[in-house]
Amino acid sequence: MTFIAKPRLHHPSLVKNKAGFTRRDYEGAVSTLCAGCGHDSISAAIIQACYELDILPHQVAKLSGIGCSSKAPTYFVGASHGFNTVHGRMPSVMTGANLANKNLIYMGVSGDGDSASIGLGQFAHIMRRGVNMTYIVMNNGVYGLTKGQFSATADKGSISKKGVANADASIDMVSMAILMGATFVGRSFSGDKHQLVPLIKAAMAHKGAAFLDVISPCVAFNNHAGSTKSYEYVREHNEALNRLDFIEGREEITADYAPGTATTVRQHDGSILRLRKLGEEYDPSDKIAAMKRVQEGLASGEVVTGLLYVDPSPVDLHANLNTVDAPLNTLQTGDLCPGPQALERINASLR
Amino acid sequence: MKPTDITNPDYFHKVVDCQWACPAHTPVPEYIRLIAHGRYSDAYMINWKSNVFPGILGRTCDRPCEPACRRSRVEDETLVKGKKEPVAICRLKRVAADYKDDAIAEHMPKAPAKNGKRIACVGGGPASLTVARDLAVLGYEIVIYDQDPKLGGFIRTQIPHFRLPESVIDEEVGYITGIGNIEFRHQKVDSMKTLLAEGYDAVFVGCGAPRGRELDVPGRQEAAANIHIGIDWLSSVSFGHTTSVGKRVIVLGGGNTAMDCCRTARRLGGQDVKVIVRSGFEEMKASPWEKEDAMGEDIPILNFLVPKEVKHDKGKIKGMVFEKVKAEYDAKGRRNLVPTGEPDAFYECDDVLVAIGQENAFPWIEKDAGIEFDKWGLPKLDEATLQSTVKKVFFGGDAAFGPKNIIWAAAHGHDAAISIHKLLTGEKVEERPAPGVNIVSQKMGIHEWSYDNAPTIDHRFKVPHRAKQEALKDIMAEVELGFDPELAFQEAQRCLNCDVQTVFTGKLCIECDACVDICPMDCITFTENGEEKDLRTRLNAPAPNPTQDLYIGNDLKTGRVMVKDEDVCLHCGLCAERCPTGAWDMRKYYMEMTHAEHACRQQ
Ligand SMILES: Cc1ncc(C[n+]2csc(CCOP(=O)(O)OP(=O)(O)O)c2C)c(N)n1
Ligand code: SF4
Ligand SMILES: [Mg+2]
Repeated sequence: MTFIAKPRLHHPSLVKNKAGFTRRDYEGAVSTLCAGCGHDSISAAIIQACYELDILPHQVAKLSGIGCSSKAPTYFVGASHGFNTVHGRMPSVMTGANLANKNLIYMGVSGDGDSASIGLGQFAHIMRRGVNMTYIVMNNGVYGLTKGQFSATADKGSISKKGVANADASIDMVSMAILMGATFVGRSFSGDKHQLVPLIKAAMAHKGAAFLDVISPCVAFNNHAGSTKSYEYVREHNEALNRLDFIEGREEITADYAPGTATTVRQHDGSILRLRKLGEEYDPSDKIAAMKRVQEGLASGEVVTGLLYVDPSPVDLHANLNTVDAPLNTLQTGDLCPGPQALERINASLR
Repeated sequence: MKPTDITNPDYFHKVVDCQWACPAHTPVPEYIRLIAHGRYSDAYMINWKSNVFPGILGRTCDRPCEPACRRSRVEDETLVKGKKEPVAICRLKRVAADYKDDAIAEHMPKAPAKNGKRIACVGGGPASLTVARDLAVLGYEIVIYDQDPKLGGFIRTQIPHFRLPESVIDEEVGYITGIGNIEFRHQKVDSMKTLLAEGYDAVFVGCGAPRGRELDVPGRQEAAANIHIGIDWLSSVSFGHTTSVGKRVIVLGGGNTAMDCCRTARRLGGQDVKVIVRSGFEEMKASPWEKEDAMGEDIPILNFLVPKEVKHDKGKIKGMVFEKVKAEYDAKGRRNLVPTGEPDAFYECDDVLVAIGQENAFPWIEKDAGIEFDKWGLPKLDEATLQSTVKKVFFGGDAAFGPKNIIWAAAHGHDAAISIHKLLTGEKVEERPAPGVNIVSQKMGIHEWSYDNAPTIDHRFKVPHRAKQEALKDIMAEVELGFDPELAFQEAQRCLNCDVQTVFTGKLCIECDACVDICPMDCITFTENGEEKDLRTRLNAPAPNPTQDLYIGNDLKTGRVMVKDEDVCLHCGLCAERCPTGAWDMRKYYMEMTHAEHACRQQ
């Protein structure tokens, strides 16, 4: 929390994007989170991603639940729509909003408590419905807002600030999301924007259920020795499988890749995901292999990061439901009540 | 790059752009904060210690601090609704002088018992007066010689009273003579040898650059009655000997003296006054604000005109002929003025004021006095100590390195005083004292700092001026009225507090990026170390200004370095405010030059 607003003065080299905004225009209110909270870094990465994607702020809808993480949407893309819902219930509100107006860019922001503890059921269903959205869990392994109790993502055996070991098995959100049918799944770390920003951009451009598990240390309650969600622990155990270069539309590929060092995933909408290999061979479009690799990581204590799974041809909620092209909230009475003749026709067809 | 050594006082001094640029290194942000708090006397005393003439400089300084001001690099033109402008550092100094306590003299030091050593100062201008002040408080007996009846030198004789009222000069000269042990002799010195023979322990030469450069064109001699050397004419006006001038006046020259001449001419009856310069308008030596003020008084400035001839009718001046030139640049980028080939220009006039430069002249220093001069006629001096080839003779002000300005004279005065004191206490003159540095964290609470850290987006405030009609009527009427306390407060709030430094302790850093994310200027980056040139290109925002340092912090767990581009930092303290571990702290580096008083170990 700071007492002064972030000064409006900015670096002289700041440039406007195609939408006519500078990066600073994508900021929100000044953060009230603890100084050093990973969530603020993720907000900064979202700001950067929206700027680079030339997004029009008023076309963004930010939805969240309850928690420090769920407060974060206030601190980025100020000039957009927002809904701070009930604890663990953001997915159903977002599903409803998306049904009503599919033309907005949906961003769900939640915490590990909000999505893996109280909201686990809702989380599972929004993934399997394929809502076109970017769902970010700011994962710190604790309930930050209520003073640091272990959440459902805390690793078994990790030590609380008071010195007590966690006895329960942890829930891995990435495995959950892949299993439940998300079509774009990645993991990253709040302290690595070079990895995080392209992942957010690609997730936002993905036309289906995109999920990002972002490890985000809680400096107040979970950044001590013995924690598996601290800055130091994550840096030491981070195993990045790839580096993503997200290329919008069909633009020329200008970056040079030595042969065999990159995998290209061309998505149905024409956008291109370039994955620079970091060591091992890894194919993120192979769902079974992805689940296996993520589980191996969990077993060996690695924090596996990068773009872990992507289905290049996602099918979203609206396609599944076969809705009309126009957003439902734009339909007029005439469209919704086609009149007695239409009713007559339907009735006749059923006789 | 090597980690930054912040124990070197120069590192953070340089970050305080204004203070670094000031020849006397006045602690600018500190006095501006005091003005904002209404503590005018304290602000005045900081200035008085450092630059000796706050009221005078607050009206007349060449203000090298202002072009250096960070605000002119970081302001956003659409936010402040105007072009990038520095803080009005100079005119805020005047505020301190205008609103200080009447009893300020009580804060001034008094001379102690005499130490038995006598110093002669030649010339009663700012350099000599500074030497006198710095040494009188140590018990030295000072004798100041000047050819004019009152102390002040060119401050008194050449700066028009409508820019600098005489009362201000009297007051600030009075604070120096009030110390005691300072004797003024209204006497022209015409022999260095005689002076040395009087047994002074040291001699300081601060006699300025007293000779105005001559105009060498046909007709000059014949029309001499109406052609005047600018500085001599100004001083004659100042002493009331000259009280009128012709209706049509040409002022030759593009420096501040030319500006003073033309504005003075407007007040003595000149109706059609114009300034004519050889160079282009932009390259003129005069400060931009002086040009503005002159043009504001309906004085056109005509450029690229080289004086060719004075036209006269049997000695009665008619006007001047000028050759039209243009600037051409050779391969080395040197400028040459070449004729355009157009017909010459002719301007009618009744008087010509020649302000085309000043020169040093030491006709009173005998060739065999032992003082060596270089081929430009300037004394051979050690640049730091100002010592001449005669060990006990020192030079300062315009007499040392040619015409500069008041603030350089004060800075020289301080340096010469240190040298003299060291010489006379048996210390090595070339060992210069380090500045005094006082470091205090500004943290008051979790999110509170003891300084106003929120930068304002106000455009520079204008100093109110007297109405033109009124100002032109009375040569004694000061044109600038000065900021009132309300305006002064608002202008003071524009200061970015560059002396409150961002201090980084790598050992405490957990690399959470909080500072990187909050920094409004994107000036902090955590990255792999590299050579400076390479680093400058791969920071979060480019750092293209090599005159401003990169602050390199090490001791990070990941082995990376923290790189901060000092160039654009707003000193808003948000990095420190968002830092969870105190790895960033905002610390005020109060830096004061050490003057003679504390320069020697053996006192
Ligand atoms: C229905 C309901 N139950 C419990 C709470 C109390 N509560 C508030 S925030 C929170 C946990 C938030 O944890 P997480 O989502 O991980 O957010 P963080 O603060 O860690 O970012 C809980 C249990 C609540 N607000 N509402
Ligand atoms: S309690 Fe933890 S999660 Fe909440 S704002 Fe503070 S550091 Fe962030
Ligand atoms: Mg949490």
